[in-house]
Amino acid sequence: MVELDAVNPEVISLQSVSKQYGNETVVSNVDLNVQAGECVVLVGHNGAGKTTLMKLMLGLTRASSGTVEVLGGNPAFNASVALHKTLGYLPESVAFYEAMTGREVLSFYARLKAVSNADCEKLLELVGLADASKRRVGTYSKGMRQRLGLAQAMLGEPQLLFLDEPTTGLDPILRQHFYQLIDDLHKEGATSIISSHALNEVEARANRFIIMKAGIVVACGTLGELYQLAALPVRLKVSVSPGEANNVAQRLGSDINIDRISNQSLNLNCSNKEKMPLIRRITELGDSISDLQISPPRLDEVYSYFMSDDRS
Amino acid sequence: MKMLLILALKEIRDGLRNRWIAAAIVVLGTLALALSMLGSAPTGSISASALDVTVISLASLSVYLIPLIALMLSFDALVGEFERGTMMLLLTYPVRRWQVIMGKFLGHLSILFIAIFAGYGGAIIIMILMNEGITEGWQAYVTLMASSLVLGAIFIALGYLVSVLVKERATAAGAAIGLWLVFVVLYDLILFGALLLDEGQVIGQQLFSALMLISPTDTYRILNLSLFEGVSQAAGIAGVASGAGMSATLLLAVMLLWVVVPLAVTLLVFQRREL
Repeated sequence: MVELDAVNPEVISLQSVSKQYGNETVVSNVDLNVQAGECVVLVGHNGAGKTTLMKLMLGLTRASSGTVEVLGGNPAFNASVALHKTLGYLPESVAFYEAMTGREVLSFYARLKAVSNADCEKLLELVGLADASKRRVGTYSKGMRQRLGLAQAMLGEPQLLFLDEPTTGLDPILRQHFYQLIDDLHKEGATSIISSHALNEVEARANRFIIMKAGIVVACGTLGELYQLAALPVRLKVSVSPGEANNVAQRLGSDINIDRISNQSLNLNCSNKEKMPLIRRITELGDSISDLQISPPRLDEVYSYFMSDDRS
Repeated sequence: MKMLLILALKEIRDGLRNRWIAAAIVVLGTLALALSMLGSAPTGSISASALDVTVISLASLSVYLIPLIALMLSFDALVGEFERGTMMLLLTYPVRRWQVIMGKFLGHLSILFIAIFAGYGGAIIIMILMNEGITEGWQAYVTLMASSLVLGAIFIALGYLVSVLVKERATAAGAAIGLWLVFVVLYDLILFGALLLDEGQVIGQQLFSALMLISPTDTYRILNLSLFEGVSQAAGIAGVASGAGMSATLLLAVMLLWVVVPLAVTLLVFQRREL
Protein backbone atom coordinates (compact mmCIF):
# COMPACT_ATOMS: atom_id res chain seq x y z
CA MET A 1 0.00 0.00 0.00
CA VAL A 2 1.26 3.44 -0.88
CA GLU A 3 1.65 6.11 1.79
CA LEU A 4 -0.67 8.91 0.95
CA ASP A 5 -0.03 12.56 1.36
CA ALA A 6 -1.21 15.80 -0.09
CA VAL A 7 1.42 15.70 -2.83
CA ASN A 8 -0.29 12.91 -4.71
CA PRO A 9 -2.26 14.29 -7.62
CA GLU A 10 -5.98 13.84 -7.79
CA VAL A 11 -7.00 11.14 -10.25
CA ILE A 12 -10.74 11.16 -9.86
CA SER A 13 -12.97 13.99 -8.82
CA LEU A 14 -16.74 13.76 -8.62
CA GLN A 15 -18.76 16.80 -7.61
CA SER A 16 -22.40 16.42 -6.62
CA VAL A 17 -22.91 13.80 -9.27
CA SER A 18 -26.39 12.43 -9.81
CA LYS A 19 -27.70 9.95 -12.31
CA GLN A 20 -31.31 9.32 -13.17
CA TYR A 21 -32.75 6.65 -15.41
CA GLY A 22 -36.22 7.90 -16.15
CA ASN A 23 -37.75 8.74 -12.79
CA GLU A 24 -35.42 6.50 -10.88
CA THR A 25 -32.44 8.10 -9.17
CA VAL A 26 -29.60 5.58 -9.18
CA VAL A 27 -26.81 7.82 -7.95
CA SER A 28 -27.62 10.84 -5.86
CA ASN A 29 -25.39 13.81 -5.16
CA VAL A 30 -22.10 11.95 -4.80
CA ASP A 31 -18.85 13.77 -4.02
CA LEU A 32 -15.65 11.82 -4.27
CA ASN A 33 -11.98 12.60 -4.66
CA VAL A 34 -9.44 9.89 -5.26
CA GLN A 35 -5.68 10.49 -5.17
CA ALA A 36 -3.14 8.65 -7.24
CA GLY A 37 -2.10 5.39 -5.59
CA GLU A 38 -5.22 5.04 -3.51
CA CYS A 39 -7.28 1.89 -3.24
CA VAL A 40 -10.90 2.84 -2.74
CA VAL A 41 -13.49 0.21 -2.03
CA LEU A 42 -17.15 0.72 -2.79
CA VAL A 43 -19.49 -1.32 -0.66
CA GLY A 44 -23.25 -1.53 -0.64
CA HIS A 45 -26.07 -3.91 -1.41
CA ASN A 46 -27.07 -4.80 -4.96
CA GLY A 47 -28.59 -1.81 -6.68
CA ALA A 48 -26.92 0.69 -4.38
CA GLY A 49 -25.40 2.46 -7.37
CA LYS A 50 -21.85 1.09 -7.25
CA THR A 51 -21.82 -0.14 -10.83
CA THR A 52 -23.45 3.04 -12.11
CA LEU A 53 -20.85 5.11 -10.26
CA MET A 54 -18.12 3.11 -12.00
CA LYS A 55 -19.78 3.53 -15.38
CA LEU A 56 -19.90 7.27 -14.80
CA MET A 57 -16.18 7.31 -14.08
CA LEU A 58 -15.51 5.11 -17.12
CA GLY A 59 -17.49 7.40 -19.39
CA LEU A 60 -19.92 4.68 -20.38
CA THR A 61 -22.76 6.82 -19.18
CA ARG A 62 -23.24 10.53 -18.53
CA ALA A 63 -24.14 12.20 -15.27
CA SER A 64 -27.59 13.80 -15.11
CA SER A 65 -26.05 16.58 -13.04
CA GLY A 66 -22.73 17.39 -11.44
CA THR A 67 -19.25 17.03 -12.86
CA VAL A 68 -17.11 13.94 -13.35
CA GLU A 69 -13.39 14.32 -13.90
CA VAL A 70 -11.00 11.43 -14.41
CA LEU A 71 -7.31 12.16 -14.99
CA GLY A 72 -8.21 15.78 -15.48
CA GLY A 73 -10.81 15.27 -18.18
CA ASN A 74 -14.44 14.38 -18.64
CA PRO A 75 -14.53 10.64 -19.38
CA ALA A 76 -17.95 10.76 -21.02
CA PHE A 77 -18.06 9.98 -24.70
CA ASN A 78 -15.40 10.29 -27.29
CA ALA A 79 -13.09 12.57 -25.34
CA SER A 80 -11.79 9.58 -23.46
CA VAL A 81 -9.51 7.64 -25.81
CA ALA A 82 -6.32 8.77 -24.08
CA LEU A 83 -7.82 7.93 -20.70
CA HIS A 84 -8.84 4.47 -21.86
CA LYS A 85 -5.26 3.60 -22.73
CA THR A 86 -4.25 3.79 -19.07
CA LEU A 87 -7.33 2.15 -17.70
CA GLY A 88 -8.35 -1.39 -16.85
CA TYR A 89 -11.92 -2.43 -16.22
CA LEU A 90 -13.36 -5.68 -15.00
CA PRO A 91 -17.15 -5.52 -15.23
CA GLU A 92 -19.43 -7.40 -12.90
CA SER A 93 -20.15 -10.84 -14.43
CA VAL A 94 -17.90 -10.14 -17.39
CA ALA A 95 -19.04 -11.26 -20.86
CA PHE A 96 -16.83 -12.27 -23.76
CA TYR A 97 -17.18 -13.35 -27.37
CA GLU A 98 -18.13 -16.95 -26.70
CA ALA A 99 -16.97 -18.41 -30.00
CA MET A 100 -13.41 -17.14 -29.61
CA THR A 101 -10.76 -18.95 -27.64
CA GLY A 102 -9.34 -17.42 -24.48
CA ARG A 103 -6.17 -16.48 -26.27
CA GLU A 104 -8.03 -14.94 -29.21
CA VAL A 105 -10.14 -12.82 -26.86
CA LEU A 106 -7.13 -11.57 -24.94
CA SER A 107 -5.06 -10.80 -28.02
CA PHE A 108 -8.01 -8.95 -29.59
CA TYR A 109 -8.16 -6.66 -26.57
CA ALA A 110 -4.37 -6.46 -26.49
CA ARG A 111 -4.26 -5.20 -30.08
CA LEU A 112 -6.74 -2.46 -29.20
CA LYS A 113 -4.42 -1.35 -26.42
CA ALA A 114 -1.26 -1.89 -28.48
CA VAL A 115 0.02 -4.52 -26.07
CA SER A 116 2.41 -7.14 -27.40
CA ASN A 117 1.56 -10.81 -27.80
CA ALA A 118 4.34 -11.77 -25.42
CA ASP A 119 2.64 -9.75 -22.68
CA CYS A 120 -0.59 -11.56 -23.48
CA GLU A 121 1.07 -14.92 -22.91
CA LYS A 122 2.51 -13.69 -19.64
CA LEU A 123 -0.89 -12.59 -18.43
CA LEU A 124 -2.48 -15.90 -19.42
CA GLU A 125 0.22 -17.64 -17.45
CA LEU A 126 -0.30 -15.29 -14.52
CA VAL A 127 -4.02 -15.94 -14.20
CA GLY A 128 -3.52 -19.65 -14.78
CA LEU A 129 -5.26 -19.87 -18.14
CA ALA A 130 -2.28 -20.84 -20.27
CA ASP A 131 -3.45 -24.44 -20.62
CA ALA A 132 -7.05 -23.51 -21.38
CA SER A 133 -6.18 -20.64 -23.71
CA LYS A 134 -6.91 -22.67 -26.83
CA ARG A 135 -10.40 -23.55 -25.69
CA ARG A 136 -13.47 -21.58 -26.65
CA VAL A 137 -14.59 -19.11 -24.00
CA GLY A 138 -18.06 -20.66 -24.28
CA THR A 139 -16.71 -23.75 -22.52
CA TYR A 140 -15.16 -21.78 -19.64
CA SER A 141 -16.42 -22.00 -16.07
CA LYS A 142 -17.40 -18.87 -14.16
CA GLY A 143 -14.04 -18.77 -12.42
CA MET A 144 -12.15 -19.06 -15.69
CA ARG A 145 -14.15 -16.23 -17.22
CA GLN A 146 -13.39 -14.12 -14.19
CA ARG A 147 -9.69 -14.87 -14.58
CA LEU A 148 -9.81 -13.97 -18.25
CA GLY A 149 -11.61 -10.79 -17.24
CA LEU A 150 -8.83 -10.03 -14.84
CA ALA A 151 -6.19 -10.67 -17.48
CA GLN A 152 -7.81 -8.21 -19.89
CA ALA A 153 -8.17 -5.61 -17.14
CA MET A 154 -4.43 -5.83 -16.51
CA LEU A 155 -3.39 -5.42 -20.14
CA GLY A 156 -0.86 -2.67 -20.62
CA GLU A 157 -0.15 -2.14 -16.91
CA PRO A 158 -3.07 0.22 -16.25
CA GLN A 159 -2.67 3.23 -13.99
CA LEU A 160 -6.31 3.19 -13.06
CA LEU A 161 -8.22 0.01 -12.29
CA PHE A 162 -11.96 -0.36 -11.99
CA LEU A 163 -12.89 -3.74 -10.60
CA ASP A 164 -16.55 -4.57 -10.14
CA GLU A 165 -16.95 -7.52 -7.77
CA PRO A 166 -13.59 -8.92 -8.87
CA THR A 167 -13.40 -12.03 -6.72
CA THR A 168 -16.82 -13.57 -7.31
CA GLY A 169 -16.36 -17.06 -8.69
CA LEU A 170 -12.71 -17.30 -7.66
CA ASP A 171 -11.61 -19.99 -5.23
CA PRO A 172 -9.74 -18.92 -2.06
CA ILE A 173 -6.28 -19.58 -3.49
CA LEU A 174 -7.04 -17.58 -6.61
CA ARG A 175 -8.43 -14.80 -4.47
CA GLN A 176 -5.15 -14.55 -2.64
CA HIS A 177 -3.36 -14.64 -5.94
CA PHE A 178 -5.62 -11.97 -7.33
CA TYR A 179 -5.02 -9.59 -4.45
CA GLN A 180 -1.32 -10.21 -4.81
CA LEU A 181 -1.56 -8.98 -8.41
CA ILE A 182 -3.48 -5.90 -7.34
CA ASP A 183 -0.91 -5.21 -4.62
CA ASP A 184 1.86 -5.44 -7.20
CA LEU A 185 0.12 -2.90 -9.40
CA HIS A 186 -0.35 -0.65 -6.38
CA LYS A 187 3.33 -0.80 -5.58
CA GLU A 188 3.93 0.69 -9.00
CA GLY A 189 1.58 3.52 -8.19
CA ALA A 190 -1.66 2.35 -9.72
CA THR A 191 -4.98 3.59 -8.39
CA SER A 192 -7.89 1.24 -8.00
CA ILE A 193 -11.59 1.45 -7.40
CA ILE A 194 -12.98 -1.88 -6.26
CA SER A 195 -16.57 -2.73 -5.54
CA SER A 196 -17.00 -5.67 -3.25
CA HIS A 197 -19.26 -7.67 -1.01
CA ALA A 198 -16.38 -9.61 0.52
CA LEU A 199 -15.50 -7.00 3.10
CA ASN A 200 -13.02 -9.01 5.11
CA GLU A 201 -10.95 -9.60 1.97
CA VAL A 202 -10.55 -5.96 1.12
CA GLU A 203 -10.26 -4.74 4.71
CA ALA A 204 -6.48 -4.85 4.76
CA ARG A 205 -6.03 -3.31 1.34
CA ALA A 206 -8.40 -0.41 1.13
CA ASN A 207 -7.22 3.08 1.93
CA ARG A 208 -10.78 4.20 2.00
CA PHE A 209 -14.25 2.74 2.08
CA ILE A 210 -17.28 4.25 0.50
CA ILE A 211 -20.52 2.80 1.77
CA MET A 212 -23.44 3.32 -0.57
CA LYS A 213 -27.09 2.81 0.00
CA ALA A 214 -29.84 3.50 -2.54
CA GLY A 215 -27.58 5.78 -4.58
CA ILE A 216 -26.40 7.81 -1.60
CA VAL A 217 -22.97 7.71 0.01
CA VAL A 218 -23.85 7.03 3.63
CA ALA A 219 -20.30 6.90 4.90
CA CYS A 220 -16.83 7.47 3.53
CA GLY A 221 -13.50 7.18 5.21
CA THR A 222 -10.66 4.99 6.39
CA LEU A 223 -11.46 1.96 8.46
CA GLY A 224 -10.57 3.86 11.66
CA GLU A 225 -12.82 6.75 10.74
CA LEU A 226 -15.68 4.41 10.01
CA TYR A 227 -15.25 2.68 13.38
CA GLN A 228 -15.33 6.04 15.07
CA LEU A 229 -18.40 7.14 13.14
CA ALA A 230 -20.24 3.94 13.91
CA ALA A 231 -19.11 3.95 17.58
CA LEU A 232 -19.77 0.25 17.88
CA PRO A 233 -18.83 -1.44 21.15
CA VAL A 234 -15.64 -3.41 21.67
CA ARG A 235 -16.39 -6.88 23.02
CA LEU A 236 -14.49 -8.48 25.84
CA LYS A 237 -14.82 -12.08 26.80
CA VAL A 238 -13.59 -12.74 30.31
CA SER A 239 -13.02 -16.36 31.32
CA VAL A 240 -13.15 -17.02 35.04
CA SER A 241 -12.76 -19.98 37.41
CA PRO A 242 -15.95 -22.09 37.57
CA GLY A 243 -18.71 -20.41 39.56
CA GLU A 244 -16.83 -17.13 39.88
CA ALA A 245 -18.66 -15.24 37.15
CA ASN A 246 -21.19 -13.41 39.32
CA ASN A 247 -18.55 -12.64 41.87
CA VAL A 248 -16.28 -11.12 39.24
CA ALA A 249 -19.13 -9.09 37.81
CA GLN A 250 -19.82 -7.60 41.23
CA ARG A 251 -16.20 -6.74 41.83
CA LEU A 252 -15.95 -4.96 38.45
CA GLY A 253 -18.63 -2.54 39.55
CA SER A 254 -22.11 -1.63 38.48
CA ASP A 255 -21.19 0.61 35.54
CA ILE A 256 -20.11 -2.22 33.26
CA ASN A 257 -22.25 -3.39 30.36
CA ILE A 258 -22.77 -7.13 30.59
CA ASP A 259 -23.89 -8.72 27.38
CA ARG A 260 -24.05 -12.33 28.56
CA ILE A 261 -23.02 -14.18 31.66
CA SER A 262 -22.47 -17.89 32.18
CA ASN A 263 -20.89 -20.06 34.83
CA GLN A 264 -17.34 -19.63 33.56
CA SER A 265 -17.39 -16.50 31.44
CA LEU A 266 -18.57 -12.93 31.11
CA ASN A 267 -19.21 -11.14 27.84
CA LEU A 268 -18.79 -7.40 28.19
CA ASN A 269 -19.38 -4.52 25.79
CA CYS A 270 -17.66 -1.19 26.08
CA SER A 271 -16.89 1.82 23.95
CA ASN A 272 -13.44 2.23 22.49
CA LYS A 273 -12.66 4.95 25.05
CA GLU A 274 -13.62 2.83 28.03
CA LYS A 275 -11.69 -0.15 26.76
CA MET A 276 -8.28 0.38 28.39
CA PRO A 277 -9.55 1.36 31.88
CA LEU A 278 -11.83 -1.67 31.85
CA ILE A 279 -8.99 -4.00 30.86
CA ARG A 280 -6.91 -2.63 33.70
CA ARG A 281 -9.74 -3.24 36.16
CA ILE A 282 -10.09 -6.80 34.91
CA THR A 283 -6.41 -7.60 35.17
CA GLU A 284 -6.36 -6.20 38.72
CA LEU A 285 -8.67 -9.04 39.73
CA GLY A 286 -5.70 -11.38 39.53
CA ASP A 287 -6.00 -15.14 39.54
CA SER A 288 -9.76 -15.38 39.28
CA ILE A 289 -9.39 -14.33 35.65
CA SER A 290 -8.11 -17.19 33.50
CA ASP A 291 -8.37 -15.59 30.07
CA LEU A 292 -9.32 -12.36 28.32
CA GLN A 293 -10.29 -12.00 24.68
CA ILE A 294 -10.80 -8.61 23.09
CA SER A 295 -12.62 -8.33 19.78
CA PRO A 296 -12.93 -4.99 18.07
CA PRO A 297 -16.01 -4.56 15.89
CA ARG A 298 -15.65 -6.33 12.56
CA LEU A 299 -15.99 -4.52 9.27
CA ASP A 300 -19.20 -6.30 8.40
CA GLU A 301 -20.67 -5.07 11.70
CA VAL A 302 -19.68 -1.53 10.80
CA TYR A 303 -21.18 -2.15 7.40
CA SER A 304 -24.48 -3.43 8.72
CA TYR A 305 -24.57 -0.53 11.13
CA PHE A 306 -24.41 1.92 8.23
CA MET A 307 -26.84 -0.11 6.16
CA SER A 308 -29.48 -0.38 8.89
CA ASP A 309 -32.41 1.99 8.68
CA ASP A 310 -32.82 2.68 12.38
CA ARG A 311 -29.56 4.45 12.97
CA SER A 312 -29.98 8.02 14.14
CA MET B 1 -7.17 3.36 -39.30
CA LYS B 2 -5.38 0.71 -37.29
CA MET B 3 -8.32 0.44 -34.92
CA LEU B 4 -10.68 0.00 -37.86
CA LEU B 5 -8.54 -2.81 -39.21
CA ILE B 6 -8.37 -4.58 -35.85
CA LEU B 7 -12.14 -4.39 -35.46
CA ALA B 8 -12.79 -5.39 -39.08
CA LEU B 9 -10.41 -8.30 -38.84
CA LYS B 10 -12.28 -9.60 -35.81
CA GLU B 11 -15.54 -9.67 -37.78
CA ILE B 12 -13.85 -11.44 -40.70
CA ARG B 13 -12.35 -14.02 -38.36
CA ASP B 14 -15.78 -14.53 -36.81
CA GLY B 15 -17.16 -15.05 -40.30
CA LEU B 16 -14.51 -17.62 -41.10
CA ARG B 17 -14.87 -19.36 -37.76
CA ASN B 18 -18.61 -19.87 -37.88
CA ARG B 19 -18.42 -20.92 -41.56
CA TRP B 20 -20.52 -17.95 -42.56
CA ILE B 21 -18.19 -17.00 -45.37
CA ALA B 22 -17.88 -20.56 -46.61
CA ALA B 23 -21.65 -21.03 -46.62
CA ALA B 24 -22.25 -17.76 -48.47
CA ILE B 25 -19.62 -18.61 -51.11
CA VAL B 26 -21.18 -22.01 -51.69
CA VAL B 27 -24.73 -20.63 -51.97
CA LEU B 28 -23.80 -17.75 -54.27
CA GLY B 29 -21.37 -19.86 -56.33
CA THR B 30 -23.79 -22.71 -56.84
CA LEU B 31 -26.55 -20.35 -57.85
CA ALA B 32 -24.38 -18.48 -60.30
CA LEU B 33 -23.08 -21.69 -61.78
CA ALA B 34 -26.54 -23.20 -62.12
CA LEU B 35 -27.91 -20.05 -63.71
CA SER B 36 -25.02 -19.72 -66.13
CA MET B 37 -25.47 -23.36 -67.19
CA LEU B 38 -29.13 -22.59 -67.86
CA GLY B 39 -28.15 -19.32 -69.44
CA SER B 40 -25.90 -21.00 -71.95
CA ALA B 41 -28.67 -23.23 -73.25
CA PRO B 42 -30.59 -20.71 -75.34
CA THR B 43 -27.50 -19.02 -76.78
CA GLY B 44 -27.44 -19.31 -80.48
CA SER B 45 -31.19 -19.28 -80.92
CA ILE B 46 -31.29 -15.64 -79.82
CA SER B 47 -28.62 -13.05 -80.30
CA ALA B 48 -27.82 -12.56 -76.62
CA SER B 49 -24.56 -13.91 -75.24
CA ALA B 50 -24.63 -16.56 -72.55
CA LEU B 51 -23.17 -14.12 -70.04
CA ASP B 52 -25.87 -11.54 -70.69
CA VAL B 53 -28.57 -14.07 -69.97
CA THR B 54 -26.75 -15.16 -66.86
CA VAL B 55 -26.52 -11.56 -65.66
CA ILE B 56 -30.27 -11.13 -66.05
CA SER B 57 -31.20 -14.20 -64.06
CA LEU B 58 -28.47 -13.64 -61.50
CA ALA B 59 -29.50 -10.02 -60.94
CA SER B 60 -33.09 -11.11 -60.36
CA LEU B 61 -31.97 -13.67 -57.81
CA SER B 62 -29.39 -11.49 -56.11
CA VAL B 63 -32.10 -8.97 -55.35
CA TYR B 64 -33.57 -11.55 -52.98
CA LEU B 65 -30.45 -13.24 -51.74
CA ILE B 66 -27.89 -10.48 -51.15
CA PRO B 67 -30.14 -8.38 -48.86
CA LEU B 68 -30.96 -11.53 -46.92
CA ILE B 69 -27.31 -12.42 -46.39
CA ALA B 70 -26.42 -8.83 -45.52
CA LEU B 71 -29.23 -8.52 -42.98
CA MET B 72 -28.34 -11.82 -41.38
CA LEU B 73 -24.79 -10.57 -40.94
CA SER B 74 -25.75 -7.22 -39.49
CA PHE B 75 -28.97 -7.34 -37.48
CA ASP B 76 -27.19 -8.78 -34.44
CA ALA B 77 -24.03 -6.68 -34.73
CA LEU B 78 -24.90 -4.06 -32.13
CA VAL B 79 -27.90 -5.27 -30.16
CA GLY B 80 -26.15 -8.62 -29.66
CA GLU B 81 -23.16 -6.92 -28.08
CA PHE B 82 -25.37 -4.69 -25.95
CA GLU B 83 -27.34 -7.69 -24.74
CA ARG B 84 -24.35 -9.90 -23.96
CA GLY B 85 -22.45 -7.06 -22.35
CA THR B 86 -19.41 -7.20 -24.60
CA MET B 87 -20.03 -3.69 -25.93
CA MET B 88 -19.61 -2.18 -22.48
CA LEU B 89 -16.15 -3.68 -22.11
CA LEU B 90 -15.16 -2.81 -25.68
CA LEU B 91 -16.00 0.85 -25.11
CA THR B 92 -13.62 1.07 -22.16
CA TYR B 93 -10.81 0.37 -24.62
CA PRO B 94 -9.17 3.19 -26.57
CA VAL B 95 -11.65 3.01 -29.44
CA ARG B 96 -13.99 5.72 -30.54
CA ARG B 97 -17.59 4.88 -31.03
CA TRP B 98 -17.60 5.66 -34.74
CA GLN B 99 -14.65 3.30 -35.09
CA VAL B 100 -16.69 0.49 -33.59
CA ILE B 101 -19.43 0.96 -36.19
CA MET B 102 -17.12 1.56 -39.13
CA GLY B 103 -14.84 -1.30 -38.12
CA LYS B 104 -17.77 -3.68 -38.07
CA PHE B 105 -19.01 -2.26 -41.36
CA LEU B 106 -15.64 -2.74 -42.97
CA GLY B 107 -15.49 -6.30 -41.66
CA HIS B 108 -18.99 -7.26 -42.78
CA LEU B 109 -18.47 -5.62 -46.15
CA SER B 110 -15.28 -7.65 -46.58
CA ILE B 111 -17.19 -10.83 -45.79
CA LEU B 112 -19.73 -9.95 -48.47
CA PHE B 113 -16.94 -9.01 -50.87
CA ILE B 114 -15.27 -12.38 -50.38
CA ALA B 115 -18.58 -14.22 -50.74
CA ILE B 116 -19.70 -12.37 -53.86
CA PHE B 117 -16.38 -12.34 -55.66
CA ALA B 118 -15.46 -15.90 -54.73
CA GLY B 119 -19.00 -17.19 -55.40
CA TYR B 120 -19.97 -15.29 -58.53
CA GLY B 121 -16.38 -14.88 -59.70
CA GLY B 122 -15.58 -18.55 -59.19
CA ALA B 123 -18.69 -19.56 -61.09
CA ILE B 124 -17.82 -17.41 -64.10
CA ILE B 125 -14.28 -18.73 -64.20
CA ILE B 126 -15.60 -22.28 -64.24
CA MET B 127 -17.99 -21.27 -67.04
CA ILE B 128 -15.23 -19.73 -69.10
CA LEU B 129 -13.04 -22.78 -68.65
CA MET B 130 -15.88 -25.08 -69.67
CA ASN B 131 -17.06 -23.13 -72.72
CA GLU B 132 -14.29 -21.30 -74.45
CA GLY B 133 -14.96 -17.93 -75.89
CA ILE B 134 -17.93 -16.79 -73.83
CA THR B 135 -16.09 -13.85 -72.33
CA GLU B 136 -18.19 -11.42 -74.33
CA GLY B 137 -20.21 -9.24 -71.99
CA TRP B 138 -17.90 -9.63 -69.01
CA GLN B 139 -18.31 -5.95 -68.16
CA ALA B 140 -21.95 -6.54 -67.31
CA TYR B 141 -20.95 -9.46 -65.12
CA VAL B 142 -18.35 -7.41 -63.23
CA THR B 143 -20.90 -4.62 -62.83
CA LEU B 144 -23.27 -7.20 -61.40
CA MET B 145 -20.71 -8.27 -58.84
CA ALA B 146 -19.79 -4.71 -57.87
CA SER B 147 -23.38 -3.52 -57.64
CA SER B 148 -24.27 -6.62 -55.61
CA LEU B 149 -21.64 -5.52 -53.11
CA VAL B 150 -23.22 -2.06 -52.95
CA LEU B 151 -26.64 -3.66 -52.51
CA GLY B 152 -25.16 -5.71 -49.69
CA ALA B 153 -23.65 -2.58 -48.12
CA ILE B 154 -27.11 -0.96 -48.15
CA PHE B 155 -28.63 -3.81 -46.21
CA ILE B 156 -25.71 -4.06 -43.80
CA ALA B 157 -26.25 -0.39 -43.01
CA LEU B 158 -30.01 -0.91 -42.64
CA GLY B 159 -29.32 -3.92 -40.41
CA TYR B 160 -27.12 -1.77 -38.14
CA LEU B 161 -29.82 0.84 -37.93
CA VAL B 162 -32.28 -1.79 -36.72
CA SER B 163 -29.62 -3.18 -34.41
CA VAL B 164 -28.91 0.14 -32.71
CA LEU B 165 -32.56 1.11 -32.35
CA VAL B 166 -34.15 -1.97 -30.79
CA LYS B 167 -33.71 -3.30 -27.26
CA GLU B 168 -33.61 -7.04 -27.89
CA ARG B 169 -32.04 -9.39 -30.40
CA ALA B 170 -35.37 -11.07 -31.13
CA THR B 171 -36.89 -7.71 -32.05
CA ALA B 172 -33.94 -6.98 -34.29
CA ALA B 173 -34.38 -10.30 -36.08
CA GLY B 174 -38.07 -9.58 -36.62
CA ALA B 175 -37.38 -6.06 -37.84
CA ALA B 176 -34.71 -7.35 -40.23
CA ILE B 177 -37.18 -9.80 -41.77
CA GLY B 178 -39.66 -6.94 -42.02
CA LEU B 179 -37.12 -4.77 -43.83
CA TRP B 180 -36.38 -7.56 -46.25
CA LEU B 181 -40.07 -8.12 -46.96
CA VAL B 182 -40.74 -4.43 -47.50
CA PHE B 183 -37.81 -3.69 -49.79
CA VAL B 184 -37.60 -6.95 -51.67
CA VAL B 185 -41.22 -7.99 -52.00
CA LEU B 186 -43.87 -5.59 -50.75
CA TYR B 187 -42.65 -2.29 -52.20
CA ASP B 188 -42.71 -3.57 -55.78
CA LEU B 189 -45.98 -5.36 -55.23
CA ILE B 190 -47.64 -2.21 -53.92
CA LEU B 191 -46.07 -0.06 -56.61
CA PHE B 192 -47.26 -2.26 -59.44
CA GLY B 193 -50.62 -2.75 -57.79
CA ALA B 194 -51.05 1.00 -57.58
CA LEU B 195 -49.96 1.35 -61.16
CA LEU B 196 -52.58 -1.17 -62.32
CA LEU B 197 -55.39 0.41 -60.30
CA ASP B 198 -54.36 3.91 -61.31
CA GLU B 199 -54.42 3.13 -65.05
CA GLY B 200 -52.13 6.03 -65.77
CA GLN B 201 -54.37 8.68 -64.18
CA VAL B 202 -52.02 10.05 -61.51
CA ILE B 203 -48.87 8.00 -61.75
CA GLY B 204 -47.15 9.16 -64.88
CA GLN B 205 -43.76 8.12 -66.21
CA GLN B 206 -41.99 10.69 -64.04
CA LEU B 207 -43.60 9.71 -60.77
CA PHE B 208 -43.22 6.04 -61.53
CA SER B 209 -39.50 6.45 -62.22
CA ALA B 210 -39.09 8.41 -59.01
CA LEU B 211 -40.90 5.74 -57.03
CA MET B 212 -38.69 3.08 -58.57
CA LEU B 213 -35.62 5.10 -57.68
CA ILE B 214 -36.63 5.29 -54.03
CA SER B 215 -36.33 1.54 -53.57
CA PRO B 216 -32.71 0.37 -53.38
CA THR B 217 -33.58 -3.03 -54.82
CA ASP B 218 -35.27 -1.52 -57.88
CA THR B 219 -32.34 0.78 -58.42
CA TYR B 220 -30.06 -2.26 -58.37
CA ARG B 221 -32.27 -4.07 -60.86
CA ILE B 222 -32.47 -1.15 -63.26
CA LEU B 223 -28.72 -0.61 -63.02
CA ASN B 224 -27.93 -4.19 -63.96
CA LEU B 225 -30.64 -4.76 -66.53
CA SER B 226 -30.34 -1.53 -68.49
CA LEU B 227 -26.75 -0.37 -68.30
CA PHE B 228 -25.42 -2.71 -70.99
CA GLU B 229 -27.12 -2.94 -74.32
CA GLY B 230 -26.74 -6.68 -74.68
CA VAL B 231 -28.32 -7.30 -71.30
CA SER B 232 -31.16 -4.83 -71.71
CA GLN B 233 -32.08 -6.21 -75.10
CA ALA B 234 -32.12 -9.73 -73.78
CA ALA B 235 -34.10 -8.61 -70.75
CA GLY B 236 -36.59 -6.89 -73.01
CA ILE B 237 -36.35 -3.54 -71.29
CA ALA B 238 -34.05 -1.81 -73.74
CA GLY B 239 -33.86 1.92 -73.15
CA VAL B 240 -36.18 1.94 -70.16
CA ALA B 241 -33.69 3.55 -67.83
CA SER B 242 -32.35 6.13 -70.26
CA GLY B 243 -35.90 6.89 -71.35
CA ALA B 244 -36.75 7.70 -67.77
CA GLY B 245 -33.66 9.85 -67.39
CA MET B 246 -31.81 7.48 -65.10
CA SER B 247 -28.10 7.51 -65.77
CA ALA B 248 -25.77 5.00 -64.22
CA THR B 249 -24.32 7.80 -62.10
CA LEU B 250 -27.73 8.71 -60.74
CA LEU B 251 -28.53 5.09 -59.97
CA LEU B 252 -25.23 4.60 -58.21
CA ALA B 253 -25.65 7.84 -56.28
CA VAL B 254 -29.06 6.73 -55.04
CA MET B 255 -27.61 3.41 -53.92
CA LEU B 256 -24.72 5.07 -52.11
CA LEU B 257 -27.17 7.38 -50.38
CA TRP B 258 -28.90 4.27 -49.09
CA VAL B 259 -25.60 3.21 -47.55
CA VAL B 260 -24.60 6.55 -46.10
CA VAL B 261 -27.89 7.68 -44.55
CA PRO B 262 -28.64 4.59 -42.42
CA LEU B 263 -24.99 4.43 -41.36
CA ALA B 264 -24.99 8.09 -40.35
CA VAL B 265 -28.18 7.69 -38.32
CA THR B 266 -26.73 4.57 -36.67
CA LEU B 267 -23.62 6.53 -35.71
CA LEU B 268 -25.68 9.38 -34.28
CA VAL B 269 -27.84 7.07 -32.19
CA PHE B 270 -24.85 5.05 -31.00
CA GLN B 271 -22.97 8.21 -30.09
CA ARG B 272 -25.76 9.22 -27.72
CA ARG B 273 -26.27 5.75 -26.35
CA GLU B 274 -25.60 5.11 -22.66
CA LEU B 275 -24.53 1.71 -21.48
